[in-house]
Amino acid sequence: MKLVTAVVQQTRVDEVRQSLTALGVRGMTIADVQGYGRQQGHTEIYRGAEYKVDVVDKTRVEVLVNDVDADEVLRAIVSAARSGRVGDGKVWVTPVESVVRVRTGETGEQAI
Amino acid sequence: MNSGDTAWVLVCAALVMLMTPGLALFYGGMVRSRGVLNMLMMSLGSLGVVGVLWVIYGYSGAFGADLGGLGLLGSPSEFFGMSRLVGQEGLSDTIPTFAFAAFQAMFAILTVALISGAIADRARFGPWLLFAGLWASLVYFPVAHWVFAFDETNAAGEVTAVGGWIANRIAAIDFAGGTAVHINAGAAALALVLVLGPRSGWPKETGKPHNLPLVVLGAGLLWFGWFGFNAGSALTAGTTAAIVFVNTLVGASAAMLAWMLVERLRHGRPTTLGAVSGIIAGLVAITPACSAVTPLGAIAVGAVSGAVCALAVELKYRLRYDDSLDVVGVHLVGGLVGTLLVGLFASASAPAGVAGLFYGGGLDQLWRQAVGALAVFAYSLVLSLGIAWVVRATIGFRLSTADEDAGIDETEHAETGYHFGETRNTLRGSRTSEHGSVEALEGSVR
Repeated sequence: MKLVTAVVQQTRVDEVRQSLTALGVRGMTIADVQGYGRQQGHTEIYRGAEYKVDVVDKTRVEVLVNDVDADEVLRAIVSAARSGRVGDGKVWVTPVESVVRVRTGETGEQAI
Repeated sequence: MNSGDTAWVLVCAALVMLMTPGLALFYGGMVRSRGVLNMLMMSLGSLGVVGVLWVIYGYSGAFGADLGGLGLLGSPSEFFGMSRLVGQEGLSDTIPTFAFAAFQAMFAILTVALISGAIADRARFGPWLLFAGLWASLVYFPVAHWVFAFDETNAAGEVTAVGGWIANRIAAIDFAGGTAVHINAGAAALALVLVLGPRSGWPKETGKPHNLPLVVLGAGLLWFGWFGFNAGSALTAGTTAAIVFVNTLVGASAAMLAWMLVERLRHGRPTTLGAVSGIIAGLVAITPACSAVTPLGAIAVGAVSGAVCALAVELKYRLRYDDSLDVVGVHLVGGLVGTLLVGLFASASAPAGVAGLFYGGGLDQLWRQAVGALAVFAYSLVLSLGIAWVVRATIGFRLSTADEDAGIDETEHAETGYHFGETRNTLRGSRTSEHGSVEALEGSVR
């Protein structure tokens, strides 16, 4: 089992979700996050005082998948999230040791 | 007794009352989220303390019989508790004295609340309430007497009861409180900032405004209430109130445009905070002038105030004082601008009937305005420094740095302003005290 984690532009998250749903992915966790990479922050001005804001708002999507599906999910996210501009985000895959579905107690790939 | 005038003044009193909660939101949105409640509470505190003091001796001190004919203070005992007003006839036989007393109460409350914006995030709440009560008693009530208590005259024009010295001896024009409210509060704000010192981490780590929509809501309530503040000061529902109403609209409109223009030229963008700050700067400046200028004059007064205040709020970084929400930059500076510009833009055709320098009146009115403005500034600054110093020396005024870093809402009020998200609410929501525990609740239901 793998955990696919994607940090993407806020405006692309619904396209990511739709393309994963089309692949048969039935669940994911989505959260608002802040961070920075190569994309520059921005400057805000309040009554003449300038504030440099270094962090950028992004959305993090986390999907648990079976080993065989990991590559396809990864590619689907990358293609749905890409605008071609700096700040499109990152996607990474990490191995997962065990998974339990809380309601039924099912474990492993049955729980995904 | 005139029922139309009475209804107008009572409605205006309610409008001005709304300005204080409006100010609370205006200020509250400008601080960090962890200090929003304390910012609201400082304004609410004024509604409590000053509302009670006004009834006990504040009205009497401001509008009671002048002590010694000097024009400095009314007799605090004449209308002590307002008891002797019950059953009395009206003010100039047009409105009940109680309607006037209610209207003026809101001015006292708002003026004290205005000061609080300068000391965001660092003043303990109890000492603030003590300061509010002392300042209202020793500064606002006397100054209101100087500016708002007019001589009473008989049919022959002879003075039968002496009023305040600025209104009558100097004859400075301050229709609704450019000196008594805004210069007064602005000078006190400067004094408090000097005594309390800057916030921990100022100017780099004190945060940006956490909720600008709240600031806009507050500014809207302030502008709405300001029509009562200015047009209600006519004390009669007639031509003067109507002209003042239009001047109060257009002065603020022009100031908003001027502030945004200065921002556009200096920083590249017109901002939301700048727009609402311009509105307030315009309202402050038109407050003393609204009965003395034509609508075109009101545009000039507003535009000058919007531009000057937009530049003034940046001075604190050079002068190194943490006037957190720019009470000095907007209310002191805007109050001075409006009060002095009466001497330039006053038109004999306006209700006040006085001509300023640009309308053929020479310098006569300008020096009267300057004397009134400087007198209130100096008195308020010196007294406020003294009161703040006494509060600091006796019970302490400032929050400890540790409490300041933890957040003033938690340490002074045991609350937090926002609980967005069910997780956060649940994690922080377990009851712990016996008094409020779920078990105690269930017991009481049985």
